[in-house]
Amino acid sequence: MSESFWDWAYVWQVLPELVDASVVTVKATVSGFALALIIGLAFAIARMIGPGWLRQTTIGIVEVIRSTPLLIQLFLLYYVMPEFGLTLDAMTAGVLALGLHYGAYCSEVYRAGLEGVPKGQWEAAVALNLPPWVTMKRIILPQAIPPAVPALGNYLVALFKETPLLSVIAVLELMQTAKLLGSESFRYIEPITLVGLFFLFFSLVAAALVRALERRLGRGSGRVAR
Amino acid sequence: MVHFDHVTKRYGSLTVLDGLDLRIAPNEKVAIIGPSGSGKTTVLRALMTLDRIDDGVIWVDGEPLTHMRRGDGLVRADGKHLRRMRSKIGMVFQHFNLFPHMTALKNCMEALVRVLGLPVEEARQRAGELLAMVGLADKQDEYPARLSGGQQQRVAIARALALRPKIMLFDEVTSALDPELCAEVLGVIRELGRAHQLTMLMVTHQMGFAREFADRVCFFDSGRIAEQGPAREFFDAPRGERTQRFLRAVMDAG
Ligand SMILES: Nc1ncnc2c1ncn2[C@@H]1O[C@H](COP(=O)(O)OP(=O)(O)OP(=O)(O)O)[C@@H](O)[C@H]1O
Ligand SMILES: [Mg+2]
Repeated sequence: MSESFWDWAYVWQVLPELVDASVVTVKATVSGFALALIIGLAFAIARMIGPGWLRQTTIGIVEVIRSTPLLIQLFLLYYVMPEFGLTLDAMTAGVLALGLHYGAYCSEVYRAGLEGVPKGQWEAAVALNLPPWVTMKRIILPQAIPPAVPALGNYLVALFKETPLLSVIAVLELMQTAKLLGSESFRYIEPITLVGLFFLFFSLVAAALVRALERRLGRGSGRVAR
Repeated sequence: MVHFDHVTKRYGSLTVLDGLDLRIAPNEKVAIIGPSGSGKTTVLRALMTLDRIDDGVIWVDGEPLTHMRRGDGLVRADGKHLRRMRSKIGMVFQHFNLFPHMTALKNCMEALVRVLGLPVEEARQRAGELLAMVGLADKQDEYPARLSGGQQQRVAIARALALRPKIMLFDEVTSALDPELCAEVLGVIRELGRAHQLTMLMVTHQMGFAREFADRVCFFDSGRIAEQGPAREFFDAPRGERTQRFLRAVMDAG
């Protein structure tokens, strides 16, 4: 094998394995982000209408999560939790860490959305005797979430680009696979470049999806005037 | 029907309602007037249970609203009690507060479905009747943003009537409207008062309407009723010096 800068034969050889790994990356992204959306919403709602102690606790948790690196949280979940009897497989720990970390960020986005709903909407709901949960689900969230979609979409892309961190706990996602391939063949340039291209491709796809969603939400209802 | 029994409401050191006593008979139409900051909105908000009062008790229909009976005494109402009592009261706001993501019809259906638990078809029909009553049968599928202010306020009135309240509260419901749109909203309120057994409290700056429509006028000043009386009498021969000055100022303003 000549020592050329770029070896196409090697590219074709590693491609299938990287495609498989990209599935793992996409899975981790989708599950992690789904979890982040749910956790973020729960945090935001708890913080807005929960009883005092819950509000304070939530604020504290969000602050701690946002002020510490994802890498540390990943290590804690994967290496330290077993000491307390909670053993997670690498993928689960990875998804959980991504979900918690980005959930904390998403909660801030939701919060801005929730606070953007005029007080009069809550008051009208009380005057109509709607139960609090119905008010949240039917009146407040439908107005709070559409404006939050662009910022949430940014976090989707950000989370996706941070999935290579999962390689440190040996999840066989793109980065980890590329590193293994490289260490076997002593050629890193092709696998790493391919991984970069994968990320570029999926980021563009995700961004396009988010934009399409924004357009769909912006259209239709008379949300323009308050 | 409604009894404010020595009701006090404070914001920090500011006393907004100062031991207010007010009794309103069933079916009575009461207009509340007074200078800005005198506590008019607060009275309605307290009755709608949007604000907690600090002292006193509000009674509705012979039952405590802000409190509930416990043994011989009264304790603060819990959520369940408030929900039960609130169903007797409807409120229309200055800025309509329609749900912008729902059509006029859906705005009126929401409480029917979610509070009364009516089947959707029945709710749709009843909401349609309510909109027809306020003259908006042809607008039921419009979103609020596509309605004029007057039309939005009429939808809000229809929506507030959905649960068949016995008491309706109106807080400056025409203040956000252009003069030519006021008339259609006042017309709806007039018709409501004529055709239904409703106790009404309205905060208003429309002295002409108050005089002609209300049974009684209450003039608020600094969280108390400074003067009250039958509408004609009140406007024709105000007694208090403060009342006279206020009325003169309002008349001069237009
Ligand atoms: N949430 C609040 N926090 C603090 N102060 C408040 C609050 N709501 C009302 N107030 C104060 O309470 C007083 C009475 O308010 P209220 O809204 O009842 O007046 P109003 O008679 O309706 O006046 P307007 O004619 O301007 O509507 C005002 O001084 C107001 O600043
Ligand atoms: Mg007011």
